[in-house]
Amino acid sequence: MSDATHTQSFAGHVGYVLRQNPITMLAFGMLGFLIFCAALGPALVSYDPLASGAEILQPPSWDHWFGTDHLGRDVFSRVIVATRLDMAISVGAVCLSFIAGSILGCAAGYWGGWLDAVISRGLDMIMAFPLFVLAMGIVAALGNTVENVIYATAVINTPFYARVVRAEVNIRRDAGFVQAAKLAGNSDLRIVALHIFPNALPPMMVQVSLNMGWAVLNAAGLSFIGLGVRPPTPEWGIMVAEGANYIISGEWWLAVFPGLWLMFAVFTFNLLGDGLRDIVDPRQRR
Amino acid sequence: MFTRARLIGARLLQAIPVVIGVVVITFILTRALPGDPAVYFAGDAADAASIQEVREKLGLDKPLPQQFMIYVGDLLRGDWGDSLSTGQPVLADLSRRLPASLELTLTALLLSCAIAIPLGVMAATAPGSWRDHLCRVLVTAGVSLPTFFTGILLIFVFYYLLDIAPAPLGRLDFFFIEPEPITGFYLIDSALVGDWETFGGAAKQLVLPAATMAIFTLAPIARMTRAAMLQALSSDFIRTARAAGLSRRKILVGYALRNALLPVVTTLGMVFSFALGANVLVEKVFAWPGIGSYAVDALVASDYAAVQGFVLAMALLFVALNLVIDLAYAVIDPRIGFEAA
Repeated sequence: MSDATHTQSFAGHVGYVLRQNPITMLAFGMLGFLIFCAALGPALVSYDPLASGAEILQPPSWDHWFGTDHLGRDVFSRVIVATRLDMAISVGAVCLSFIAGSILGCAAGYWGGWLDAVISRGLDMIMAFPLFVLAMGIVAALGNTVENVIYATAVINTPFYARVVRAEVNIRRDAGFVQAAKLAGNSDLRIVALHIFPNALPPMMVQVSLNMGWAVLNAAGLSFIGLGVRPPTPEWGIMVAEGANYIISGEWWLAVFPGLWLMFAVFTFNLLGDGLRDIVDPRQRR
Repeated sequence: MFTRARLIGARLLQAIPVVIGVVVITFILTRALPGDPAVYFAGDAADAASIQEVREKLGLDKPLPQQFMIYVGDLLRGDWGDSLSTGQPVLADLSRRLPASLELTLTALLLSCAIAIPLGVMAATAPGSWRDHLCRVLVTAGVSLPTFFTGILLIFVFYYLLDIAPAPLGRLDFFFIEPEPITGFYLIDSALVGDWETFGGAAKQLVLPAATMAIFTLAPIARMTRAAMLQALSSDFIRTARAAGLSRRKILVGYALRNALLPVVTTLGMVFSFALGANVLVEKVFAWPGIGSYAVDALVASDYAAVQGFVLAMALLFVALNLVIDLAYAVIDPRIGFEAA
């Protein structure tokens, strides 16, 4: 009974925030659209994103909504199909940093002492770099592949998650419910994982959504400078980089449409993060 | 005054472990090269004997801690390795190109502050109004724009369509003569010798890339200003000032903003991290001859010594900037130093 009213009141709260803040509702709609494109990508478009054609550098028309590129490929098809790859890279990176950040943060926050000192100083070392530059260095050192772009993006995002988890775990390590769980004979590991960590999930969700936008930007930035994804694979950063060569001769559609799509994705996640923060903690709104 | 000096000293000491950490990470990156670094540095035409020779020369046959000491020693002596693509020592390349990057980054940040702080103040004076929402959407859109895309868009509009911006090719059009290097900043150098034509030329080249970076860094500054202003405006001394009948302008600028600026200065550290990363992409788009485009060219050519030198230089620059911000903070904040008195 009390559980049901709790769920209801939470749903009510979410509904209230969404009604109060139409921008957040819009952001959820935009996210749905992105997921739709990523899931069905190749089935939605009428051209093969890799097939070159005779009509090169055609401006947008009824046949080619976003025009064609220097090899006669349909820009619209490439942009839509690229959604899956760009999302996969950023979701992969965010998942990895979520897991790594959770483990490191729990360990540092619960056991404290020298473990906390080592982990916190290690994360500070990462934060001492300008993050995009560190990602460049990591990809250059590990080798220029898509997996390494994911790892690099994960490494530079991990400190943010670890700090959130560490703070949330730390304030609860001596809480009444933790002591009760200890007295009931639970192991430390079980207490951290099942009793304390779930409390850190709401702020983590906000972090995930704010982080997704930054991860998409980061991955696209790396492929813009030639790291990670290789041509002819459709990817937004590469398409902007290729289109940049044609912009000063006036063929704007090559770079502008992938760039707008990329901006749309990042904008969605940023708006969503703001909205989720309102839902999770109304006081935090800045 | 004594307390303040001690605070500054303590902050300087804090920077030392950070610098050590940065050097450790760059060392790990140098040793994480794909394959055997000795084979790589020996070149394509190397046989087993010359690879062994390179390995001994680089100290790769020694245990890791000793390798690390050698690495640190080399760094301290200014030997950051040679760049394969330019054939020059990496440190010389970087220091020659650094002023270009700094000029761009600092101009962009000044521009960004000049726009973002008034925006944040405007949003904070009317929270929840349409101006507040507009400000929020605008800065979120700004931070969602990939810098490389903004740059290309600005080039298209202002160079191709309107033809009011110069070609996006570096710091100065070819028919200007580079000013005599004093600080390395073209704007300052040309102004110092009174060469206003060159000054104008350099400024024209600088506007678009600086605007690109400024748009990207608006959001954190505007948001922090808004939050800090909201807090300052709800405090007792503002109520007192209002009750005393001071003018709105005097309250906003003289009392609230001065107090709100302190947390804004603190966020500048994060903004610098953004800006230095964005710098790489912007330099690539505008063919700006700074250390960012140097690193991108080196990456494409698999020139590892140059890339690692760049990463290390950027990290040290970032540490130094954070130090300057913290020191400035200790100097600005009137509360520091009075507590002990």
